[in-house]
Amino acid sequence: MATPHLLVHDHKDNVGVVVVEGLTAGTEMLCVVTEDNSSFKLKVDADVPIGHKVALKDLAAGDTAIKYGEDIGKIVAGVKKGGYVHTHNLKTKRW
Amino acid sequence: MSKYGSGKIQAYRRENGRVGVRNHVVILPVDDISNAACEGVANNIKGTMALPHAYGRLQFGEDLDLHFRTMIGTGSNPNVAACVVIGIEPGWTQRIVDGIAKTGKPVAGFSIEKNGDLKTIMDASRKAKEFVHWASELQREECDVSELWISTKCGESDTTTGLGSCPTVGNMYDKLIPEGIYGVFGETSEITGAEHICKERAATPEVGERWYKMWKAYQDDVIEAHKVDDLSESQPTKGNIEGGLTTIEEKALGNLEKIGRQCRYIDILEPAEAPAKGPGLYFMDSSSAAAECVTLMAAAGYVIHTFPTGQGNVVGNPIVPVIKISANPRTVRTMSEHIDVDVSGILRRDMTIDQAGDALIEMITRTANGRNTAAEALGHREFVMTKLYRSA
Repeated sequence: MATPHLLVHDHKDNVGVVVVEGLTAGTEMLCVVTEDNSSFKLKVDADVPIGHKVALKDLAAGDTAIKYGEDIGKIVAGVKKGGYVHTHNLKTKRW
Repeated sequence: MSKYGSGKIQAYRRENGRVGVRNHVVILPVDDISNAACEGVANNIKGTMALPHAYGRLQFGEDLDLHFRTMIGTGSNPNVAACVVIGIEPGWTQRIVDGIAKTGKPVAGFSIEKNGDLKTIMDASRKAKEFVHWASELQREECDVSELWISTKCGESDTTTGLGSCPTVGNMYDKLIPEGIYGVFGETSEITGAEHICKERAATPEVGERWYKMWKAYQDDVIEAHKVDDLSESQPTKGNIEGGLTTIEEKALGNLEKIGRQCRYIDILEPAEAPAKGPGLYFMDSSSAAAECVTLMAAAGYVIHTFPTGQGNVVGNPIVPVIKISANPRTVRTMSEHIDVDVSGILRRDMTIDQAGDALIEMITRTANGRNTAAEALGHREFVMTKLYRSA
């Protein structure tokens, strides 16, 4: 299998994790769902560091971010499919 | 028996039957003001190790109980061959000596009042020298891998820990817990966001209810009582955020990957409490700060610690070898001297979780046989007591 750029835990997830260093905006990423090793392509629209997240679909403020098939917090600023997801647009629902 | 259950190690069989993988002679201060005398002894007698710490004066109630449990548990750990205890006065010193003596190992106490540091150091040094001669002639013998007590706690996590290094530990537990090892995980605050899953992973609904009450009490009594914001930069830490983790929920779900797919925890331990329900996986109510948590698990009697890291936590422990596992290729490259097991192949999809679990079990076996971990070679001896509230 070619080396993936992005890994996704679960088919229910709407965010994935960049697993290569130096990923640049515009890269057509090979994305792999670890649950069953299925793959898809997605174009990333920002320079996203290794370990950081990318939206797998358009997400609007108020939406729930899903990873591991579970709720990991609320989207607080809209992000397009292929966009960078981190503290600027995703917040905890706790504390 | 599976191939994992038949594994053998060369280790130290202690007086109480427990298996240790190190052979330390420890000089243990009862309290902060006895640190200098302990360090004096350790300086005199080569092959001993002082464990200075910050507490032990004017504590009371549950906090004092935890102090004694941590002290006695540390001295009682099977990785400790013999122990010299030094305190400012004889009463609490003797209480710790008596607690450690229950294991049957050599232990002696010295107190400073009416003697001063210099006479105490002289007397304690003579005893420490005896202990070193005795301990240095102990031989490793064949023991079973299944006799190991293996703890886990992750640190400087990032998204690669949930993808790679935490599932590696989980795979190890799925393979070794059925063979009879004792396991433990903890980090009470860091289950937040995955508490519904953790509760379901109890061996019985009753244990799950007790777990949930313990977790909820921490939320209500500590977090809600003291928080000034959403704990961003504390939980998750600044390092976690740098590594791509955004929320506590995301961090907790990755953390919980350490208990694998099949394991169920059979009991809930107080901080530093020794497990008493036989082999299996336990949860310890504990801080998520690395040194505190590893110190508590060592005091509970665990002899090897497995530590997944993403961004590169460098923690060690004075008496327990801490095995570092990382799946982050940047960390493995830039901090290679800290990493014992490189599982970055999981991210490239050229290593399976099953293969990574086997690699960790191999490293556990080598570590049990005597291989120094990265943290041991680099001199990481973080010994950090947990304190529950202000002293009187």
